[in-house]
Amino acid sequence: MRLGRVTGRLWSSIKNPGLDAQRLLVVQPVTPEGEDTGKPLVCTDATGAGAGELIYWVRGREASFAFESGEVPSDATIVGIVDEVHLGKRKAG
Amino acid sequence: MVLGRVAGTVVATRKDPRLEGHTLLLVKPVTPDGKEEAGYLVAVDTVSAGNRELVITVSGSSARMAHGCKDKPVDCVIVGIVDEVALDERG
Repeated sequence: MRLGRVTGRLWSSIKNPGLDAQRLLVVQPVTPEGEDTGKPLVCTDATGAGAGELIYWVRGREASFAFESGEVPSDATIVGIVDEVHLGKRKAG
Repeated sequence: MVLGRVAGTVVATRKDPRLEGHTLLLVKPVTPDGKEEAGYLVAVDTVSAGNRELVITVSGSSARMAHGCKDKPVDCVIVGIVDEVALDERG
């Protein structure tokens, strides 16, 4: 799974029936520090994420498994909205 | 999923029999803000996309999940024609 930020929405009327009723969001992958990394992509959404939110997403065949039917033709899906990211050295002991 | 612009068609007479009846299109990947990226994709079309249309492509094994592509040897499928992309201002 990777971190990303929702940067936009996308609408499509004519689409494969497997994508019916799916929300499509534009996601910019980010580092844990919050900096952009890599190319933006289009994700289906299993969480109800909104504009500007920090999320995590899965890519590949697993992106279909986020939906109950498991038959959504998606290779990238938002599976969680991030509350907080803690970074730092773990204390010994 | 990656956005792309339809740039042409691909015609193949000798092919896997499971690909018969499918349209193959040449797709130029573009960023969500419309800039063209390097390279081309050959994708199976499931939505009757036209030339120069902005489309959504799915790649990898998820591509076989698209209706009409079950158990077929495809790894890139056009699954939608884009009406509109709305980007946040800071995005």
